[in-house]
Parts: sequence; structure tokens; C-alpha cells
Amino acid sequence: MDKIKTIILKEWAEVFKNRFVLFTVAFLPLIMTAIPIAILVTLRGEAGLESVSSEMPAQFTAFCPADLSGGECFQVYLVSQFMIMFMIVPLAIPATISSYSIVGEKTTHSLEPLLATPITTAELLVGKSLAAAIPAVLATWLGFAVFAAGAWILIPNKALFAAILDLRWLLAIFLVGPLMAIMAVNLSVMVSSRVNDPRVAEQISMVVILPVLVAFFGQLAGLFLINRQLILATGGVLIVLDMIMVYLAVRLFQRETILTRWK
Amino acid sequence: MIKTEGLTKKFGPITAVEDLTLEIPAGEVFGFLGPNGAGKTTTVRLLTSLIGPTSGTARVNGYAIGTDDTNIRRSVGVLTETPGMYDNLSAERNLQIYASLYEVKDPQGQVEKYLRMLGLWERRSDPAGTFSKGMKQKLAIARALLHEPHTVFLDEPTSALDPESAHLVRDFILEIKKEGRTIFLCTHNLDEADRLCDRIGVFKTHLLVVDTPTRLRAQVFGRKVVFHLQKADEALAAQVRALKYVKEARPIDNKILVTLDDPETHNPEIIRLLVGSGAGIQFVGELRHSLEDVYLQLVKNS
Repeated sequence: MDKIKTIILKEWAEVFKNRFVLFTVAFLPLIMTAIPIAILVTLRGEAGLESVSSEMPAQFTAFCPADLSGGECFQVYLVSQFMIMFMIVPLAIPATISSYSIVGEKTTHSLEPLLATPITTAELLVGKSLAAAIPAVLATWLGFAVFAAGAWILIPNKALFAAILDLRWLLAIFLVGPLMAIMAVNLSVMVSSRVNDPRVAEQISMVVILPVLVAFFGQLAGLFLINRQLILATGGVLIVLDMIMVYLAVRLFQRETILTRWK
Repeated sequence: MIKTEGLTKKFGPITAVEDLTLEIPAGEVFGFLGPNGAGKTTTVRLLTSLIGPTSGTARVNGYAIGTDDTNIRRSVGVLTETPGMYDNLSAERNLQIYASLYEVKDPQGQVEKYLRMLGLWERRSDPAGTFSKGMKQKLAIARALLHEPHTVFLDEPTSALDPESAHLVRDFILEIKKEGRTIFLCTHNLDEADRLCDRIGVFKTHLLVVDTPTRLRAQVFGRKVVFHLQKADEALAAQVRALKYVKEARPIDNKILVTLDDPETHNPEIIRLLVGSGAGIQFVGELRHSLEDVYLQLVKNS
């Protein structure tokens, strides 16, 4: 356990001195938090919302709580779009950190001395994975907490507040977010096994964001609605995917493979 | 100590290390010489349990590779060929991380000990990335020794260092030799190997030869003694050549160059013969071939 802690602290000390990584970790949650808050600020007292509420997808109107007006329902609809965008945070941050922490070790030739220590492969992988996943999950949760606090202040109608920050948000942030972070880390580990440049590793790892964008635009276009069932199903699929990816990453993250094939 | 038997490593169709059988006793400085791509680094990786063998066995400090890998890594120190540091972190922090990974009992004490020994204590708070190549190499050596390993693997420890830094590193290797550690030294610097190593192994995928530098010279070129005389000629050389243990004797200017197996035993008799023949002996010395000559001859013959 001490070695895992040493690896995590080492990773953070190294990686967060990289301005690009620091920028991604700090800036992305900031943007993802600021946008829905800005929407809430903009929509406050907006009189014309009732008329546009008729443009919402039919299944969303049905899903909207009955005690909310059409305009309020539209606010819930609009802000909920950003719940999906919020999911970029637990994907992008680990992809950035692990790309630099693993490929970075290769490029600086510090990986071999590290592998020559008595640390086990599992300890090293867990340490590096947690070092990438923990900031992502914390940044997501912190961003969500700021958004929730902002929404509490900006929305006087607590029924509307409850509708905006309903169980879907909580499931997305506290269940799907961490699972996505694990997936992003493992993908980065696998990508890192084949590339030599942290920027290339990061760009390839960022492919994990694509499904989130598909979900965002799909819901925006009214093709489907992200409800609790869909979020839970996504969580279930992610658990299975994560297990497969952890298995593959562990298989790939072997001393001999790293030293002889990670070139 | 290190003991290998038939150690072989293949990467697909390529054989990097073939049938390496070797025994290095505790406290010996063993020079591992070979051309680029000979498999030296692969051998070090095998012996430090970083990679597994295709066949054969090896024991390092009593632990078997493949089954006691963690114990091997705990009991050896490695200076890799390109020893990367965490450039954004201070020298002290770099060593503290490794002290923790090596489970060092008094991490701060050990970090301070080696930073002071290698003259880096005053720069301990500076990021490793600001260090010169020589300073980084010293820091990497400190990292390899923090946990007081029984066996130390040094892969090109003085490559690309300026003469002063290289001298300091070589002195340091002699210091740690005095502590009784086994040192496995991969080097291209044959003069360095000659000065530091008790025995030398010349390697090119498989082990070509292992012996002390002196015996290697004798093995490859024979031992040659030069008798500097006031006047040397073919007649005098022929008298020496007539001695049954003399393999060769030829005059060169005012010298006679004599090849024989055991100069310590036979030189007195040769001197008596030369004095008896009226040759004025000015001085006698052994002709030393450089280890480079020996190495080039061995690699060429392979």
C-alpha cells in the first residue's frame, strides 16, 4: 500500500508540473461547471420560455414533473444536456494524465529503473491508474458540487431545483463518472503500449469522448432521452467494459512487454 | 553472487543471449564486454528479473530468477544504460521515492549518505532536470545503491561523462568494491574494465571467454618479455629460442622479444644465458597488450 501511495504522490508531483496537464485538469471542469450555471443565469426570469417549451422532444415533456410549468420544464431539459457534457471531465482528465505519466516515463527513460525496484506490476498499475483517476473523479465531483450550489442559489423554485438535480445527475456523477474514469485510464494504458509520444497517446485516448458527444447530440436532436434506466444500463455496460479493459491492461502492462515492446 | 546455467533469451526468431553459463563470486568486479547489440543489456535485464529467460536458469544473491523475482530486485541495484530521473523533482525527492519503493529502513539517512558521498548534498533541492549529465549519472548511481544491494549492475556508468566525472565514478566503484559488493560492469571503456575488473567476460550473444585481464592477454597473445640489451642480434635470439620453454624469440633493434608462458619462472634462466653470452642487459620488462587489442582479437575471431 505504501508503494502505491508513493507512486500516486510521485505521479502528481511530476504530472501537475506539466502546464498542459494542469490546464486540462483545472480548465475543463471549470468550463463544464460554468456553462450550465451560465444557462441558469440567462434563463432566470426569461418570459419567452413557455412558447419554446413546445419544441422539446415529446418523451421529455412526458418525463418532466407535472408541477412544473412548460418554461421550467424547458430549463430542466436544457440544463440536463450538460449533464452529458459533464461526463467529458472523468474521461478527458485521466486520458491526459495517464498519457503523460506512462508515455512520459518511456520518453524520459525513468521507467526501467522504476521497474527494477521490488514494486509489483499490480502495485505500479494501480498506483498509476489511481493517480490518473482520482483527480478526474474529484474534479467531476467538485464541479458538480459547485454547479449544485450555484443552482441552489439561482433557482428559487425548489421543485425546479429538484427536477434539475434529480437522481439522473447523481447516478451520472457518482456512478457513471468513476466508471468512465476507469475506462479512460485503462484505454490510455493500452494506447501507451504502442506509442512513444504523450500527445499522440492523449489524442488516441480521447476517442473515449466520442460516445459522450454522440449521446449529447442524440438527445439534443430528440433521437433518445437519457433517463434513469439508460444511465443505469450505461453503468452496467461500463462495469463489464471496465472489467474487460482492466484485464487487458493488466495483461499488457507486464515488465517484459513494457521494456522490450514499448519502444 | 551470480550463477547462470545455459541462460538463453530469444525474441521471436532473434537470439539475444545464448547458453550463458557463468559464475561470479561475491565481492568480485566482473567486466562484461561486447559490441553494441551483443546482448549485454538483455543479460542485465535477465539477471535483474526485468525479463524472463527462454530457457536456462540463473541465481542472483541466492535467489532464482523466475521464482524469486521480487527478492532479486530487492537485493540488487541497477544503473541502467540511460538512467532517467524525474526531472521536475528535486534530487532529494527523486531518491526519497526510490528509498520508499526499495523499503529502505532509514530513508532520509540513506538519501543524505549517498547525496553526500557523491557530492550532491548542496544541490539536493535543485530539480534533477537542471543537473549536468555527470551529476545525473551520480544521482542515478546513488539511486542504485540506496538500499545497500549485495550486487550492483552498472551499465555503461561512465559513458559520455567528462574525464573528471568519469574518474570520480570509477573511484566510487572501487569504494563500493571495498565494501564487498559484487559488481557487474557493462562497459565499452576497455581501459576502465582493465583498471576496475577482477575478471572480464567477452560476450557476443554467447560468452566468448572469461578470465582475468592478465590471463586474457596471455591467452590471446601469449606473454611477451622484452630484454633491452646494449646490442641484440639474431645469433643471441637463436640461443634464447633454443630453450625448450621459449615459444618465440626475435631481435628488434637493441631488444629481444621473447614469448613464453611463465616469465616469473623462466626469466632468471634467460637472463643468466644472456649474461653468459656477454649481452649487456639494460632492463627487462613485460610487453603489455592493451585490453582493447585482446578484445578486438576475440571479437574478430568470433
